[in-house]
Amino acid sequence: MTLSIAIRHRLGTLTLDAGFTVPPGVTALFGRSGSGKTSLINAVAGLLAPDAGRVSIDDTVLLDTERRLSTPIHRRRFGYVFQEPRLFPHMTVRQNLAYGQRFLPRGIVPDAPGPVVDLLGITHLLDRRPATLSGGERQRVAIGRALLSAPRALLMDEPLSALDEERKADILPYLERLCRQTRIPILYVSHALQEIALLADRVVVLEAGHMVAEGPASTILSTATLADRLGRNEAGVRIEARFAGEADGLATVRTDSGLTLRIPGLSAPPDGSVRLFVPARDVMIALDHPHGLSALNILPATLVKITPAEDGTVDLTLDCAGTQLLSRITTHSARSLGLAPGRPVHAVIKSVALTR
Amino acid sequence: MDGWMLSGAETTAILLTIRIATVATLVSLPFAILVALALARGRFPGRSLLNGLVHLPLILPPVVTGFLLLITFGRKGPVGAFLEAHLGLVFSFRWTGAALAAAIMGFPLMVRSIRLSIEMVDRRLEQAAATLGAGRVQVFATVTLPLILPGVIAGAILGFAKAMGEFGATITFVSAIPGETQTLSAAIYAFTQVPGGDANALRLTLISVAISMAALVASEMLAGRVARRSAAA
Repeated sequence: MTLSIAIRHRLGTLTLDAGFTVPPGVTALFGRSGSGKTSLINAVAGLLAPDAGRVSIDDTVLLDTERRLSTPIHRRRFGYVFQEPRLFPHMTVRQNLAYGQRFLPRGIVPDAPGPVVDLLGITHLLDRRPATLSGGERQRVAIGRALLSAPRALLMDEPLSALDEERKADILPYLERLCRQTRIPILYVSHALQEIALLADRVVVLEAGHMVAEGPASTILSTATLADRLGRNEAGVRIEARFAGEADGLATVRTDSGLTLRIPGLSAPPDGSVRLFVPARDVMIALDHPHGLSALNILPATLVKITPAEDGTVDLTLDCAGTQLLSRITTHSARSLGLAPGRPVHAVIKSVALTR
Repeated sequence: MDGWMLSGAETTAILLTIRIATVATLVSLPFAILVALALARGRFPGRSLLNGLVHLPLILPPVVTGFLLLITFGRKGPVGAFLEAHLGLVFSFRWTGAALAAAIMGFPLMVRSIRLSIEMVDRRLEQAAATLGAGRVQVFATVTLPLILPGVIAGAILGFAKAMGEFGATITFVSAIPGETQTLSAAIYAFTQVPGGDANALRLTLISVAISMAALVASEMLAGRVARRSAAA
């Protein structure tokens, strides 16, 4: 199943104009707030009637403004997870989860709720009312409710944005498992790079209503080109690596190009592959190999490019044995270290966020 | 203490009033919900006109409303003649006419209460229901209606209380025929017009006060529940 989207719509001064396909797996729709992400996903769901557009899933056309065809929301069968959970307050969790199954077309057998309920860790909540749940629990129920409605595709509009960091960390593992196990197209709107680094297989970058990049997550996220488009604390690089061993509670992972990183608290994943996210603000620069430093990963690198970033900082693009890294330091430091492209340096990585 | 025993005529008036109020409330409730929906959600020309029309019985003198009913729904009135010819439904000087007058007088109260609760419904919940496959009617039946139910019940109770106490429009439209159109209020009025009728009038008054208070308390409790539910959402 593949979801094809082409939408053109005027929103005040902004013109939304984007077209792409969402194959099974997670496609992240990425962009700053105000870039038209939510309008786009609403047009796909049928909550917004675009000026022009076409939405289809495989051979089923759901919207075609040229042919004046627009399937009503309730017959599109797209599961939608909103920013807020939007659970029905007068129903229990169990009734909320079963809600979509009342309206399945003939011939579609509803999924047993068991596996989804287990996957989301909400078994103990089934008989409770939404008002008694925490924010994270509510959002997990909302995700389950959308999944159990036998959707042709899942649309998620920043499902974690209303939660605080702790709740986000709570729910991310569930979301990740779900994304790996589901075989329908998932369109995941977000402006949080770390979520995308964790979840996305493909990335579409939207800026002021237009697509500026599209491709596999590993390509889009491993280049520094995205850095300019990201908020202050968001920039970073995703690295795909393989698990290479474990000693003293430290795991060693290696990229295809031969970069080796040591990471605490990582156990061997079943398929051996690891996704890491290295935030730019956690990469420091040293001219000489530093001694007596607690950082685990000190990597020789070559400075490729210096790009001015926000508020007196610069982004340094580094080449570490063929893997690109990003470092965000102050303009002052860059000047006092005398940094210039081509210069060999050492990248000191304070932390590596495990995204898998 | 036979001063506290109700006479046959009094019992008849009480039971008749309850029947009139119940029929008036139940029959007008679906229309009240529809009109409240149209006023709360609809964007159509004539919306303010409809709003004014619904509220008219609240601002007009009841006698005027009764008179308007008489010339419209009376046997020679355009609507009354039509209904009698085609449906065999007669309003004038029948208890059905009293129910119609009571329903018209209570209608604005019902619509206001229901409309308020509709406006409090979080429409994003209805959107969520639609994305889960529910059509418009199903969304209304499974999400909107359960959420506004306390408001609907509160409106129905207000309408019922209004119908119980309706006097002016009823007596103008259908007079006060004992056993047919003489409601509680009309009976009280009749007792005050005869010498020595004060004790009877007082008894019926106390019954009327009790029924009205009960309706008001029930309505307040339900209104509180609407507020709590919306807060929980």
